[in-house]
Amino acid sequence: MAAVRGTWWMRWVSLYLPLGAIVILTLFPFYYMAVTAVRPDREMYIPWNRPNFAPFWTLRPTLEHFALLFRETLFARWLVNTLFIALMSTGISLFCGLLAAYALARLRFPLGGALGTGIFVTYLVPQTLLFLPLGEVIRSFRLGDTPWALILTYPTFLIPFCTWLMMGYFRTIPRELEECAQIDGATRLQAMVRIVFPVATPGILSAGIFAFTLSWNEFIYALVFLSSATQKTIPVGVVSELVRGDTFFWGPLMAGALLGSVPVAFIYSFFVEQYVSAMTGAVKG
Amino acid sequence: MPAPTNPATSTALSAPALPRVRVGVLGRLRRATPTERREWLLAFILLCPALFMLGLFVAYPFVRGIWLSLLDSVVGREGNFVGVQNYVKLWHDSIFQRTAANTFVYTAVATILKLSLGMAVALMLNNLLGFKRILRASMLLPWIVPTVLSTLAWKWMFDPTFSIVNWILYHLGFIRIRVDWLGGPVAAMLSVILVNAWRGMPFFAITLLAGLQTISPDVHEAAAIDGANAWQRFWRVTWPLLMPVTMVVVLFSVIQTFADFQLVYILTGGGPANSTHLFATYAYQLGVATALLGEGAAASLAMFPVLFLVVLFQLWYIRRGQDGEGAS
Repeated sequence: MAAVRGTWWMRWVSLYLPLGAIVILTLFPFYYMAVTAVRPDREMYIPWNRPNFAPFWTLRPTLEHFALLFRETLFARWLVNTLFIALMSTGISLFCGLLAAYALARLRFPLGGALGTGIFVTYLVPQTLLFLPLGEVIRSFRLGDTPWALILTYPTFLIPFCTWLMMGYFRTIPRELEECAQIDGATRLQAMVRIVFPVATPGILSAGIFAFTLSWNEFIYALVFLSSATQKTIPVGVVSELVRGDTFFWGPLMAGALLGSVPVAFIYSFFVEQYVSAMTGAVKG
Repeated sequence: MPAPTNPATSTALSAPALPRVRVGVLGRLRRATPTERREWLLAFILLCPALFMLGLFVAYPFVRGIWLSLLDSVVGREGNFVGVQNYVKLWHDSIFQRTAANTFVYTAVATILKLSLGMAVALMLNNLLGFKRILRASMLLPWIVPTVLSTLAWKWMFDPTFSIVNWILYHLGFIRIRVDWLGGPVAAMLSVILVNAWRGMPFFAITLLAGLQTISPDVHEAAAIDGANAWQRFWRVTWPLLMPVTMVVVLFSVIQTFADFQLVYILTGGGPANSTHLFATYAYQLGVATALLGEGAAASLAMFPVLFLVVLFQLWYIRRGQDGEGAS
């Protein structure tokens, strides 16, 4: 390793202190979100330049904001909606992506390369480019304001990603493995399902976790395609129901933000390695 | 770097490079053996679900979006064909001009910030001996958590009256009077860029770190023996070797940043006085909030030329790298 050599204080100045500062900056908003979520209202709205303002902690933590969230908003409903939509769209995308990736990485057929490029290009299309006409399409299929509006449109950015990632995995699996199975009398399809897919399981897991968090976090489609409060996902529900005009209910807002973040952060903490490999794999192919 | 290849090379992806006479798709169809035909049929069937979804929800909306941008549609009423009138109107719209300028500034400044910070963090993490995994994991948090929700926390931190950011800066002695972070056009733009950098930096850091870890320490040792200092080693050794990864990360990020919506929507809503709109937020304001569908579609399609150029450049760059690898 070309590590920083030299005295201990040089390592501190060039490494530990800046890294420490960056980690604090990175994590502080989450800490503040959590503190605000349990801070009683009478403590919350004290101007910043008052001498007795103790912003970093509270001595009287309260769960009132969480209670309000579940009592007076449909937060529990939004949680279920978000979960259902994320699971369904991830499932659809994995299915489509897996099959497409196998074809593109393993089979030789005319126009294969052109199709691969096409799928890569759709991977780069941002959601904000097409949200208005896509909304029209959704309305004309009479899917507006239903979970299916999102379940069917999230795959537009998840399939290209899954395909891309799985192609990389399939390429690392030696062809001989399949050929052996075929010599033993398995058909190409059987070789694919019984031999290649199981070997590619880590890749499928990575792609699935990444796709799940992407659909959990999606915002603009959910904002535009859903209108009734019962149908909303967490990000949209929290923003639209806890902000009334210019009034922000900061306690419940932060409680909702915290609860909406915890599930993805929790899943992520178990699968950091898969997540990182999906993220870097998505870039490197 | 495996990447989409052109039809002529992809068929020979891992096959020995036989001299191949180029025949058209039709010619190959005619000459195919039954085994080949079965393989093509399987490929076609396997690709069907993905192509169906992408055709229906990407290609079709794209065509429909172009059509929509040529109509004077309002939500709930069929539009009439008005040609490029929506685009002409946007061209002369001072808010749209401001929006276009904002988007370029936002993308440029945020990308430079993310790249330099991300590179610094990646280099530091690469030099770190312990704690690497836990630091990497915690640093990615802004990237995992729903952007809207973390941006809400920032909005609360920037609150004009109760701002914790002001509290910290005041007590550290940096400010005497309050800063209204989202109140003025320049301050609001700066705040939005900072939050974007906060959210996007981990992606740069972690991906660049993955790239750094593939560079052999021997190269650095050799350069060090030749008398290169750390600064020279970075610019002469690390930077060129890391270029392919950097390039792809930057291009990805440029597309995402250019088309950003959530940050601005939550933090400023495009305000104060429409001074921080990006293409996407302005398109939303036109197409959804004011129900001018045609104009909104035109405003979001205005992103297309730039995105198209970036994608073209990316495809060209990836393919170029691949040809280089193939030659070695």
